[in-house]
Amino acid sequence: MTSPAESRPRDGGIEAVLDRSGLAALVTALQHRGRTVIGPTVRDGAIVLDELDSATALPYGWGVELEAGTYRLVRRDDGAAFSHSAGPQSWKSFLHPERVRQWSADRGPGGGLTVREERPQAVSYAFLGVRPCDLRAIRILDLVMAGGRYPDPAYLSRRTGAFLIAVECTEPGATCFCVSMGTGPAADAGYDLALTEVVDDDGHRFLCRSGTEEGADVLAELPRRAADDATRTAAVLGVRAAADRMGRSMPPVDLRTLMRDTLEAERWDDVTARCLSCGNCTMVCPTCFCTTTEDVTDLTGDHAERWRRWDSCYDLDFSLLHGGPVRSSPRSRYRQWLTHKLGTWHDQFDSSGCVGCGRCIVWCPTGIDLTEEAHALHREASGSQDAP
Amino acid sequence: MTLTPLPYRVVDRREETRDTATLTLAPSGEPLAPFAPGQFAMVYAFGVGEIPVSVSRILDSGRLVHTVRAVGAVSRALHGLGPGAHVAVRGPFGRGWDTTAARGRDVLVVAGGIGLAPLRPLLDTVLAEPEAYGRLNVLAGARSPDDLLYGDEIPSWRRPFAQATVDRPSAGWKGRVGIVTGLIGEARFRPPDTTAFVCGPEVMIRATARTLMHQGVDAARIQVSLERNMRCATGHCGHCQLGPLLLCRDGPVVGYDRAESLLTVREL
Repeated sequence: MTSPAESRPRDGGIEAVLDRSGLAALVTALQHRGRTVIGPTVRDGAIVLDELDSATALPYGWGVELEAGTYRLVRRDDGAAFSHSAGPQSWKSFLHPERVRQWSADRGPGGGLTVREERPQAVSYAFLGVRPCDLRAIRILDLVMAGGRYPDPAYLSRRTGAFLIAVECTEPGATCFCVSMGTGPAADAGYDLALTEVVDDDGHRFLCRSGTEEGADVLAELPRRAADDATRTAAVLGVRAAADRMGRSMPPVDLRTLMRDTLEAERWDDVTARCLSCGNCTMVCPTCFCTTTEDVTDLTGDHAERWRRWDSCYDLDFSLLHGGPVRSSPRSRYRQWLTHKLGTWHDQFDSSGCVGCGRCIVWCPTGIDLTEEAHALHREASGSQDAP
Repeated sequence: MTLTPLPYRVVDRREETRDTATLTLAPSGEPLAPFAPGQFAMVYAFGVGEIPVSVSRILDSGRLVHTVRAVGAVSRALHGLGPGAHVAVRGPFGRGWDTTAARGRDVLVVAGGIGLAPLRPLLDTVLAEPEAYGRLNVLAGARSPDDLLYGDEIPSWRRPFAQATVDRPSAGWKGRVGIVTGLIGEARFRPPDTTAFVCGPEVMIRATARTLMHQGVDAARIQVSLERNMRCATGHCGHCQLGPLLLCRDGPVVGYDRAESLLTVREL
C-alpha cells in the first residue's frame, strides 16, 4: 500500500504533485545527496544548461521563439519554468565534455617514456529538465560511447549513476519534430523522475512520477500532495496538445533507406549553395559525438599530454588522409552529416542519430532545415513535385 | 590497452625504400596483446602525435614490426627513429584478414605500394602452412623499382606465381611495367575457388576487384583493406567512417561485397 500522498501511475512507480516549493525541495534534496544539479537557466540571452544553486535559477516566466536561424527569449505571463524548448546546449556538454585529457607522458633522462592513464573523477550529476528528445539523445550517446567493445571511461565516469529528471514537453518550438522521430513529447522510459508542468486556474504545479527506486526515494522526501485526476488530466492533455503543435515533421518514409538511395541526388548541390560548413549543427546536436585528438608538450619538451576535443565532420581536416581530405567539397560534408545522422547511424549503433530537437535548424546561420532537406530528397527520389 | 599506450623502444630499423622504413619495437614493460594479420596499432611519436600503422610481420617474441612511409608529420617522425628511440603503442585494433576463409582455396594477393606491408603477415601465415591452401599468387605493384617493398622476399612467395610490376622502370629492371591488374592474367588461380587479399590505393583496389569479379571471383571472397583518417581506433571519434562502416571497428579489412557500393560514390 502506498501512503495517501502517493498513488500508482501507469508505469508502476509512485506519483505525486509538487508545487514550486516542492520543486525547490527537489533541487535541495539532490544537493544533499551529493549531486551536482544541472538545469536550465537564463544567461546571455538564451536558456542555457548550468549548475543550479537552487530552483530559483530556473527560467520561470521565460519562453523561446524558434525559427530556422532564429532564437529569441520571450517573457511568458504564466510563470512556467519549463515552457521552452531546446537551447543551444545539450546534456552532451556534461556527459561528453568538449575537452578531456586522456593521458600524460613523461620522458626520462634516458629517453624512456612513462605514460600515466587519466583516471576520471567520478561526478555525481542530477540533470533537471531533460526533454524527452534529449532523454533519447542520452540513450543514443550511451550506445555510441559505452555500448561497443571499448566503453569510454570518461563518459562512464559522468554518466554512471547520473540522476535524470525528465520534463515532458508541453510547449514545442516551431523547429521541433520529436513526434516524427518517435522521441516525444511524452517521457516513457529512461528517467529517475518525470515531471509534467501544469499551469491553470488550479495553480502552478508539477505532476511527478518516479521511474526508478532512487527516484521514488527522492520523491518520498519531498513536500508533495497526492496526484489528483484534474492534474493528471491537465498533464496528459498538455502533452497531447504539444504533439499536435509540432512545428516541423520529417517525410513519412524510412529515412535510412531514403539516405542510402539518394547519395547522388541533385539536392545536395542545392543545399551546398547555402551551407557554410561552419559546423554549428554538429556542435549543438545532442548526439553528435565526433572528436579529434591533440598531442601537446610543455616547454621542456619532456612532458606530453593527449587531449580529446569535439570535432566536426564539416572540418576539412576531419577526413584528411596523406593525399588530402576525402571529403573536400562542402557538398560531401553536408551529405556526410545528414546521411550519418538519419541513415548510417542505424548501421553503426542500431538507432537513428536524430531525436527531432530542432537545434541544428535554429543554430544554422543560414537556416538550413534538415526536415526540409529530407522532404526535398524524398521528392527528388520519388519524382514527385508535391509540396511536403 | 585501448586509450592509453604502452611504452616500446625501437630495436631495429631497416631502410626499405627512400621514404619507407621497417621498425621493430620491443616492449619496455608489459607487451600488448598479440596481433593478427591485417590488424593495426596506434603508434605514438613523443610530443608529435599518433597514427594507425598495420603490423607488417608478426613475431612470437611480443615485438612489433611496422613498415612506415614518411608522408605526414607523425609518419616522418616515426620513420626517422633509430634503435634506442622510444615510442608508445596501443592496440591491437580492427578486423584483420580472414585467412580461415581461404583454407583449401587458391590465394591471390594483390598489393599496391605500401599496401604490401599489411599483406606480409598474411603471406607468412600461408607460407607457414602451404599444404593448407591451394596455389599462392602474389602480385605487387610499385611506382618504380626503388619503391618496391621487400624485394628480396618476393621470390620466396612464388607458389607458383609472384611478380612485381612498376609504373616507371629504371635501367636494369627485369620485371614488368604497368599497373598491377596487368599481372592478373598471368597468375595461376581458379576464380571460383580463389580468395583474394587486396591492399593499395583505392583506385587500384577498385580496378583489381573489378577485374577479379569479371574473371569469376565472388565479391565476398575479395578481402580489401581500406584506409580513412583515424583518431581513436575505438569507434568513438567518427573519423574513419565510410558510409555505414567505422573502419577501425568494421575494418580495415572488408569484403568487397560490402565495400563496392561505398567505393564507387565520390567523397563518401
